[in-house]
Amino acid sequence: MGMTISQKILARHAGREMLEPGELINCQLDLVLGNDVTAPVAIAEFKKLGIDKVFDQSRVVLVPDHFTPNKDIKSAEQCKILRDFARQYEIENYFEIGQMGIEHCLLPEQGLVVPGDLVIGADSHTCTYGALGAFATGVGSTDMAAGMATGEAWFKVPESIKFVYYGRLPRWVGGKDLILQTIGDIGVDGARYMSMEFTGEVIENLSIDNRFTMANMAIEAGGKNGIFAADEITLDYVKKRAKRPFELYQSDPDAVYFDIKEYDVSQLEPVVAFPHLPENTRPVTEATHVSLDQVVIGSCTNGRIEDLEITASLLKGQKVHPEIRVIIFPGTREIYLEALRRGYIETFIEAGAVVSTPTCGPCLGGHMGILARGEKALATTNRNFVGRMGHPESEVYLASPAVAAASAVKGRITAPWELEPERGFHYEI
Amino acid sequence: MKYSGKVHKFGADIDTDAIIPARYLNTFDPRELALHCMEDADPDFPQKVKPGDIIVADKNFGCGSSREHAPIAIKGAGVSCVIASSFARIFYRNAINIGLPILECEAAAEGIKAGDEVEIELENGHIKNLSSGEDFQAMPFPEFMQGIMAKGGLINYVKGK
Repeated sequence: MGMTISQKILARHAGREMLEPGELINCQLDLVLGNDVTAPVAIAEFKKLGIDKVFDQSRVVLVPDHFTPNKDIKSAEQCKILRDFARQYEIENYFEIGQMGIEHCLLPEQGLVVPGDLVIGADSHTCTYGALGAFATGVGSTDMAAGMATGEAWFKVPESIKFVYYGRLPRWVGGKDLILQTIGDIGVDGARYMSMEFTGEVIENLSIDNRFTMANMAIEAGGKNGIFAADEITLDYVKKRAKRPFELYQSDPDAVYFDIKEYDVSQLEPVVAFPHLPENTRPVTEATHVSLDQVVIGSCTNGRIEDLEITASLLKGQKVHPEIRVIIFPGTREIYLEALRRGYIETFIEAGAVVSTPTCGPCLGGHMGILARGEKALATTNRNFVGRMGHPESEVYLASPAVAAASAVKGRITAPWELEPERGFHYEI
Repeated sequence: MKYSGKVHKFGADIDTDAIIPARYLNTFDPRELALHCMEDADPDFPQKVKPGDIIVADKNFGCGSSREHAPIAIKGAGVSCVIASSFARIFYRNAINIGLPILECEAAAEGIKAGDEVEIELENGHIKNLSSGEDFQAMPFPEFMQGIMAKGGLINYVKGK
């Protein structure tokens, strides 16, 4: 019986030839990650073990990104726990503000995650690294503590669902729309405990930034991980960054899948997820009646250079709607600098947007853009749960950077082609 | 281990932001987190929950973030056990790791009402609704996982070995 990419990576790290779904296995980890929310809990647990070093100082990564720059005294104390721990235990990959970025943009960019890796992170969006052909999954702080101590973790071998995307991807439609459409189809627990494997001709031509966006949201369907077969597009990204040797895996032709879902994307419109679950999806043309108070562009889902490129292309020479607040936050320092060099930052500020240092802040209602009671935001982030971005009676709509940028100008949810009627689209408004 | 308490009922897809909103994640003190437990799903919950009470919910309980603060807040609020039709993967693992007893049982999640008095035997997965007299059977955990919960979590369990 053949194996999927996910099963092959797990087998390799468990020292096994073959694996079957449902087996409980113990694996060697390539990388263990934590942030300023989850790592303090993990560090407290780690210290209870009474050991004096982590399993490998080069393979533990600590990123204070959630409530940084420190939003209040309590957050400052949490970040200090990370900083002190990193110094005491000589953690090589601790990223202070000024060097840091949003963890799931930062780790691939720094070459810390490579294809074929097995990674756990005490953050649910750790699944992002599946875009590189790595098996990466979110865990809690206690698992992180055990991972830091031993370099190992136990796993239940997941079943896999194969998603096949075919047809011609329409203009203005990208990875965010594909993954939202998929979650809308299978629901927020449609891939619970499972691997989501993204395949098909559309995926083969999809850029790495769009792949990151898709893998990032596997957790929003309940997935254990999302994964792509590494190819030339992956290698282009990885080769110049990788800090370690890497291995490329393909699923066997006779690999067994729990389910196979096929999508013809040729007629797909940009997708918007309505409050309060990512599965509440509608085509953008059915959402244009929703007026907005805030637009947020960035995050571990859509804070990469291509996301900023499409945002800049739509905001160039435009003004943000006077009744709306627009917050743009690049994913990392490197992305911020590249956007600066390309003139995007100037475009954003001239349009009337606020540009923030990299932080998770607004995405999870932490800081830097909290919503008041009754306010509505459209965000390129990943979750629109009750109270996610502020007051429990506020609302979050999820969409791509293209929809977000167009909406920023119009003050309501807007299809990108409304800003560029001359460039056209096969839907009439 | 036997637990009994009054039931607080919740629906499907209760996410970790509802269990403990991110705005309170600048601490991991169980007592502080307990003050805001479930507040975006039921603002009165932190006031009305009593030690030993039981949460019963529909499918996919604990979906969303990996924050261990979610089961910590529930445990901190004194909840003795969470019964749900199903649990999201990371929450499930976190609950066991910090020693919050949980049971997966669709029939119980459907049959038990808010305010019912329920008794649970973790060893055999037996759930008894003392208010209606109905019995339900959840799949019991293997012995080592019960051991983790009985010790109050993975770290204590590992240390005790």
